[in-house]
Amino acid sequence: MTATIFVFAYLAIALYIGIFAFRRSRGQAEDYFLAGRSIGPWVFVLSLFGTHMTAFAILGSSGHAFNFGIVTFGLMASSSALIVPLCLFFLGTRLWAVGKKFGHITPVQIFRDRWECGHIGTVIFFLQAALLVPYIIIGVMGGGTTLAVISGGAIPFWAGGLLVAVVVMSYVFFGGMRGTAWVNTFQTVLFLSFGLVAVLIISNGMGGFANVAERLLADPRTSPLLSREKFSPLAFLSYTFNPLSAIAFPHIAIFCMTAKHMRQFKKTVIFYPLCILLIWLPCVCLGAFANQATEVPAIAAKLAEKATTMRPVVADDVMLRLLAHYAPEWLAGLLGAGIMAAVMASDSQILALSTMFTEDVFAFYGAREKFGEKAQVATGRLFIVIVTAFAYFTALNAKASIFDLAVQFSFAGFSAMLPLYIAALFWKGSTKWGALAATLWTSCCTIALFFTPRGFTIAGLSPVVPMTIGAALLIWLVSIATPKPSQQTVDRYFSV
Amino acid sequence: MIFVLLVYYGLHQDFWNWTSARPLVFGFLPAGLAYHAAYTIGASALMALLVRRAWPAKLEAWADEEAD
Repeated sequence: MTATIFVFAYLAIALYIGIFAFRRSRGQAEDYFLAGRSIGPWVFVLSLFGTHMTAFAILGSSGHAFNFGIVTFGLMASSSALIVPLCLFFLGTRLWAVGKKFGHITPVQIFRDRWECGHIGTVIFFLQAALLVPYIIIGVMGGGTTLAVISGGAIPFWAGGLLVAVVVMSYVFFGGMRGTAWVNTFQTVLFLSFGLVAVLIISNGMGGFANVAERLLADPRTSPLLSREKFSPLAFLSYTFNPLSAIAFPHIAIFCMTAKHMRQFKKTVIFYPLCILLIWLPCVCLGAFANQATEVPAIAAKLAEKATTMRPVVADDVMLRLLAHYAPEWLAGLLGAGIMAAVMASDSQILALSTMFTEDVFAFYGAREKFGEKAQVATGRLFIVIVTAFAYFTALNAKASIFDLAVQFSFAGFSAMLPLYIAALFWKGSTKWGALAATLWTSCCTIALFFTPRGFTIAGLSPVVPMTIGAALLIWLVSIATPKPSQQTVDRYFSV
Repeated sequence: MIFVLLVYYGLHQDFWNWTSARPLVFGFLPAGLAYHAAYTIGASALMALLVRRAWPAKLEAWADEEAD
C-alpha cells in the first residue's frame, strides 16, 4: 500500500508540472509544440535523454537480460553510447540549425522545403506516425505492468495502464513541449538517483552479486547468460544499426529543434553515454542475476516455464518483482516511482505525433489559414486524446514483450529512415523521388516484418541491416536518375 | 577523427570476450559486460574530443543570421 502511495504521489507531481507549464504558455503553435525554442542547457540534456529512455530501457532491457543474459548491454546500450551521440553531433545540430533558420518545427516540413514536395511529405508523415505508435504502446504497457506489480496485483494491468495513459495525456495536453520537457527532466533525475540504490538493495537481499554470479557460472544451464557464447557475432554486429533510429524518431528530431542555442548539444553528446551506463548497467545486471532469484515466487514460475519450454518468456516485470521482494515497502515505492518515471517517456512520442499531425497535415492543407493558430493547438490536443486512447486499447491486447515490440518495428523502421535525414541535410543531389522510394521500401519492409516470426534474420543479420542499406541505396540510385530541386533551394540549405 | 571513430566502432565487436565470463571484474561483473561498460565511458571521452576538435561553430552562426 505504501509503495502504491509513492507511485501515486509521483503521478500527481508529474501532472502538476504539466499544469504549471500550461500557465507559462502563450497559446501560439511554436510555443506549445517547441516551447518557443527556449529550452535551457541542463533541461535539454536530461530531457532529451529521458525522452529517448523509455520502458524499453528499464523493463524491456531487464526482461531481455533475464532471457539472454549480459549480451543485452552490448546489443543496445554500448552501441547506443557511441552511435546516438554521433547522430546528435552530426545530424541533431544540423536539424537545429535548419529548423531555426527556416522556422521548421517537424522533419517533414524540412523534407518538403528541401525537396520541394507536398504529398510525398504526407507519405513520410504517415510512415513516421505508424512506426511511432508501437513505441507509445510500450509506454502504456510499462505503466500497467509497473503499477500492477508495485501494488501487489491490487491495481490490475488494465487500470494501471489507463491511469498512466490519462496522466501522460493530461500533462502533454496542458503543458505541450514545455511541460513534457520539465516532466522528462524530473523523471530522469529521479531514476538516475534511485537506480544505484535499487541495485545495492537487491544485491544485498540476494546475498551479494559476487555469490549470485558464481552460482550462475556453476550451473551449465545458466552460465551462458554471463557470456555471449549463444549469440552470433553477426547478429551482434547487426544490432549496432538499431541506434541509428534515434535521430530519425520524430520526437527526438523535434526535440533537437527546441534548444535555445546549438552549443547545448555539447553537454548532451558528452554526457549521453554516461547516462546510458547509469541506466542500462543496473537493469541488465538485475535481469541476468534474477535467474538466481528462485525465492521470488513470480520469478521462480518464469524460470520453471523457461526450463520447460526451452524458450524465452515474457519477463518485463522481473526488476519490479525483485524490488517488491527485496526492498522495504517504502523504498520499493520510491524506486517504483523512479521506474515509473522512465516508463512514462511515451509523453514526448504522443506530443510529437500531435505536432506532426497539426503541422504536416492540418496546417499544410490550409486549415491553419482558415481556422487560425488557436484552432491548430486545439486540434493538436484533440489528436493527443485520440492517439492515447488508441495506444491504450492496443496495449491491452499486445502479446509481444516490450523489447521485441520496440526492436522489431520502431527501431528497424526508423533506422531505415535515417538515409532520408542524411540525404536531405548533407547531399545536394538528393531528390523527392529518391525520398519517396526509400519511404515506400521502408513501409513494405515494415509490413513484411509484421508477418515474420520472432528473431527472424536474413543471412544471419537482423532485418534492420538490409532495411537500412536498401533505403540508402534506393535514395541514392533514384535521386541520380530524377530531376533535382531548384538551385535556389539547394543554395539556401548549403550556404553554410 | 573519422578514422578514430571507425576504429572505436570496430572495438565494439570484442570477439575475445565472447565465450568466457571470467575474470569477474569487482567479483561480479562478467568480463564482456565490464568491457562494454568501459566502452560507454570511452565513448563519452571520445565525444568530448569530438566536441573539442570538430565542433561546427559556423553552423550556429549561419542559423543565427537573419531568418529566411
